[in-house]
Amino acid sequence: MSTVLGGRPEGISSLHFAMDDADGVDTRQRLVVVGNGMAGARVVEEVLERGGGDQFAITVFGEEPHGNYNRIMLSHVLAGEEHEDDIVLNSHDWYADNGVVLRAGVRVERVDTHAKVVHAADGTTTPYDQLVIATGSRSFIPPMAGLYRSGPAQDDQELLPGVFGFRTIDDTRAMLAAAAEHEKAVVVGGGLLGLEAARALQGHGVQVEVVHAGTHLMNQHLDPDGGAILKQSVESLGIVVHLATRTTEVIGPDRVRGVVLTDGRAIDADLLVIAAGIRPVTELALLSGLDVERGIVVDDQLRTDDPDVYAVGECAQHRGEVYGLVAPVWEQARVLADLLTGTDPDAAYHGSRTATKLKVAGVDVATMGLNRPERDTDEFLVISEPRRGVHLSVVVRGDRLVGATLLGDTRKVAFLTQAFDRGTPLPAERIKLLVDLSDGAAEVGVAELPGDSQVCNCNGVSKQSICDAVAGGCGGSVGAVMDKTRAGKGCGSCKGLVSQIVEWAADGDVVEDPTAGWYVPGIPLAKPELMAAIREQGLLSVSAVFAALAPGGQEDAKSKMGLTSLLRMIWGTQYVQENDAKFINDRVHGNIQRDGTFSVVPQIKGGVTTPAQLRTIADVAEKYEVPMVKITGGQRIDLLGVRKEDLPAIWADLGMPSGYAYGKSFRTVKTCVGSDFCRFGLGDSTQLGIDLETRFQGIESPAKMKLAVVGCPRNCAEAYVKDVGVVAVGGGKWEVYVGGAAGATIRKGDLLATVDSPEAVVQLAGRFMQYYRENANWLERTYDFVPRIGLARIQQVLLEDSEGSCAELDENMQLSIDAYTDPWGQDGRQPATPGQFRTALPLVQLPTVPVR
Amino acid sequence: MSMLDQATTEQEQRTGYVVGRVEDVPLGEGRAFVAGGVQVAVFRLRDGSLHATQAACPHAGGPLADGQTDADVLVCPLHLYGYRWRDGSSTSGNAPVQTYPVRDEDGSLVVEV
Repeated sequence: MSTVLGGRPEGISSLHFAMDDADGVDTRQRLVVVGNGMAGARVVEEVLERGGGDQFAITVFGEEPHGNYNRIMLSHVLAGEEHEDDIVLNSHDWYADNGVVLRAGVRVERVDTHAKVVHAADGTTTPYDQLVIATGSRSFIPPMAGLYRSGPAQDDQELLPGVFGFRTIDDTRAMLAAAAEHEKAVVVGGGLLGLEAARALQGHGVQVEVVHAGTHLMNQHLDPDGGAILKQSVESLGIVVHLATRTTEVIGPDRVRGVVLTDGRAIDADLLVIAAGIRPVTELALLSGLDVERGIVVDDQLRTDDPDVYAVGECAQHRGEVYGLVAPVWEQARVLADLLTGTDPDAAYHGSRTATKLKVAGVDVATMGLNRPERDTDEFLVISEPRRGVHLSVVVRGDRLVGATLLGDTRKVAFLTQAFDRGTPLPAERIKLLVDLSDGAAEVGVAELPGDSQVCNCNGVSKQSICDAVAGGCGGSVGAVMDKTRAGKGCGSCKGLVSQIVEWAADGDVVEDPTAGWYVPGIPLAKPELMAAIREQGLLSVSAVFAALAPGGQEDAKSKMGLTSLLRMIWGTQYVQENDAKFINDRVHGNIQRDGTFSVVPQIKGGVTTPAQLRTIADVAEKYEVPMVKITGGQRIDLLGVRKEDLPAIWADLGMPSGYAYGKSFRTVKTCVGSDFCRFGLGDSTQLGIDLETRFQGIESPAKMKLAVVGCPRNCAEAYVKDVGVVAVGGGKWEVYVGGAAGATIRKGDLLATVDSPEAVVQLAGRFMQYYRENANWLERTYDFVPRIGLARIQQVLLEDSEGSCAELDENMQLSIDAYTDPWGQDGRQPATPGQFRTALPLVQLPTVPVR
Repeated sequence: MSMLDQATTEQEQRTGYVVGRVEDVPLGEGRAFVAGGVQVAVFRLRDGSLHATQAACPHAGGPLADGQTDADVLVCPLHLYGYRWRDGSSTSGNAPVQTYPVRDEDGSLVVEV
C-alpha cells in the first residue's frame, strides 16, 4: 500500500466511529463536510478560525486516504520541483489537534436530506445538522476507442495501463513511476493542466507530444494570437503540439502502445495523460435529490435547495458560474464560515472576478476577465512580440479594465489585477497599462526575486522575511505583514512591492486591509468624509476628533500626526493645538537625529543668503559647539547635533525663521541664478523662488513638498523632479510641473500648464498645492497623488475649473497662509508645554557623534 | 531634579523615588527623569493614567520620552517601534521595554525601580 500523504507515522489516523451517535453529552451542532480537498478543508479552517470549534462537532469525509494537500502544486511534484510532503496543507494530526474527526478514505454515497443523515460506502451513517458538500471535480475523460481494459466504457471500468488522469496525488505518483520506465508520452489537452503535465514529464527525459482539440493552446484563457505565440514557446522546449485534432483510439491491447488521431495518423506512446478539462463531481448531490445543473446549484449564501445543505468549490454552480480556480474557492469558504458561525449573518457571495497568474510550461501567463473585445465600443490594445514570446492585451470598457492577458511578460500584473478587481482609474494613455514608458531599470517580477533580496531598504526586510510572515500567521493581510516585519514602514516607497510579494506568497489570497481607505488608521473614515465630519461637528483639536469619531472614542498614537496636519489645514488659526498630538519634530521644530539630538535649518529663501547671515550662522555653530555644519540638498545650511535644551537659545541667537526642514509641510524652493547673472537665463527664477517661499512658507501638507524654479530648461536646480517645479522657457512664459520626485522614487513631473507671468505661477502652484492638501492621503507624496488622480483630471479641475472649486481652493490656501507664524519665534520665547525642551536622555552625554 | 527619599517597598525589592511633580509631565506627553541612577521616561496619558518605561528604546537607543502615546501603546520617535503599556512587549515582535511602577502621591511622581 502506498504511503498516506500527511498521515501519521503509524498509518491512517484512528477513526472515530463511536462518536457518531453514542455521545449524548456533546451539545454542539453537528457539521459534516463531504470532501477533504482544498475547498472542504478551507471551510473547516475558516470555521475554526471564527471560534466554530465550540459551536460545532465537525466531521470531514475524504475519498482519498490522505490529509489535505495543495492540488495546485501537483504539477510541481510531477516536475520533481517539490517533494510530496511539502504540499501537505493539513496533516491527519492537524485534524486530531483541532478536534475534527477525519474520515479519510471513506466515500460518501448518499445524503438523506429528510433524516439529515450521511450514508458512507463503509456502511456507516452520520447524522448532521449542517452539511457542506465540497466534492470538487474530476478529470474529464473524452470518449476514445480502446481506452478501457476491455469492452465498452462502464462506470467502474479500469483504464488501460499507461493511461492517467491528472487530478490527485495518486495520479501523480503513478505518472512519476511510469515516467521513470518509459520514453514516449502523449498528453491529451493543451490547456493549463495538460501543458504543465507535458513540461513536467519532459523534465524526466520523456519525449512528449500534446494533442489539443482547440485551434490554439489554452483557448479558455488566450486569444488565437496569444495561443500561437505560446505554441512557439512550447515547441521551442522540444514539445510537439498537434492542434485541432483528437485522439480517437488508443492502441493496446495489454497497455498503451500509441494513439490514433482524427486524420488517421498514429503516434507511438507508452504513456497517455488525459488533461482535457475537469467536470464537477455531482453524483452525490444528484442521488440525494439536490438541484444540479452543470454543478450543484447554490444561492448567494452558498445554500443548495435544501436549507441545511451547502456546496462550495469546484462542484458548486453559483449564478451560472462554476469556478475552477482557487481564489473564488477561498472567498466562498470565508462567506460560508461567516454564515455557519454567525460571525456575519448577512455575509453573501456575489461571485468572483477571476484573475490568475501562473507559469505554464516555463512561460509566465496572467489572465483576467475577457481575452478579446465583446462590444463595438470596447477598447482593445494588443502588443505582440512573437520573437520574444510576448503577447499582451487589455480590454477596456467605459474607462474600466474588463480583461487582460499577459503572456511571457507579467510585470504589469499587480497593477492590472488591482485595476480589474477594484476598478481603479486607468491612465489616459492606455499603452501605459501594458508597458512602462519611463526608462528605468527593468522591473523584476516578484516571483523571480531571490529570497534574500532586500525589499524594504529602510528596515532591512528581505523577500524571505515577508514570505515567512505570510506563512507564519499573517496570511494575505498586507497590513499585518507590514506590522510584523516593519517592511514598508520607513520611507514607504516599497509598499507596492511588499503588497505584490504578499499577494504572490499568499497565492492571490489577499485580505483586504479595511484601514487602507482610511485617512488615518484610528478613524474609520476616508479623507473627504473625515473632513466633512470635522467641519460639521466643529472639531478643533485632535482629542475632540478622537472623542467624536474614533470607535469607542479610543485615541490612536499613529493617527495623531496626520490629524494634527489635517486640523491645521482645515481650521488655520482656529485650530486648538495639543502638543502631544504632534510628532516630536513638530513639538520642538527640528528634525530628530539618531542620537536624540536635533538639526537646525534656518530659512534661506530660494537658497540666497548674505555674508551677515553666514557670519551669524558661523558664530552660533561655534558658540554651541555644533558637531556638523552641512550644506543641504535644498540649498540651505544645516546645523546638526543640537541638544534639545539648546534649541530656544540657538534660535534666538540666529534671529532667523525656521526653514521647516522637519515637517510634513512646504519645505524649500531651490533656484538657479536665473537671469541676473546667468548667460542662459530666460527668466528671473531666483526672485520667483523667493516669492514662492515667502508666500507658502511652513504650510502643512499630507507629505513634504519640495519645490524648485529654474531659469531655463537646463534645469540646474532640478525643477523637473520636484513636487512643484517651475521652468522658464522664454518669451515670459513659465512651465509648471507637478508630481516629480528624486528621492527613493524618481519621477519626472507632469507638465500641468504653461503660464505667462510669475504671478500666474504663484497662483497655479498655490491652487495645486491646496488641491493636493485637500485630496491626498496622509503621507502620499505628489508623485503618487498625481498619477492616482490623473493629470487630465487635475488639469480640468485647476485650469478649467470643472468642479467650480478654484475660488475655494485659493481662499482655503489664503487661510493657511494667514495662519502662518514662525514657530521658532513663538515657542522660543514661551514654551508650549512645561519641559518642552528638556532632555529625553538625561544620563547620556549628547551629542554622541564625533565633532568634525 | 531627582530626589532620594522613599522607603523600600516590600515586594520585588523595588525602591520608590520621587522624580518630580505630576504637572511636570504635560497631558499626553512624556518626560525623562533619573530615578535612583536609572533613566526613566514617565508618561501621563489623557485619561490621567501614569506609565513609566526605560528612557532609551531597546532597538536603537531612541529617546522614548519624545514618543507618541495612546491608551495602549508608546511609539518611539526614531523608527516608530511600538511598545504596549500592559507588559512592555513590542508590537512587532522585537525586544520589549522595561516598565516600572509609577504613581501619584499627593502630586508627587513616584517611580519604583
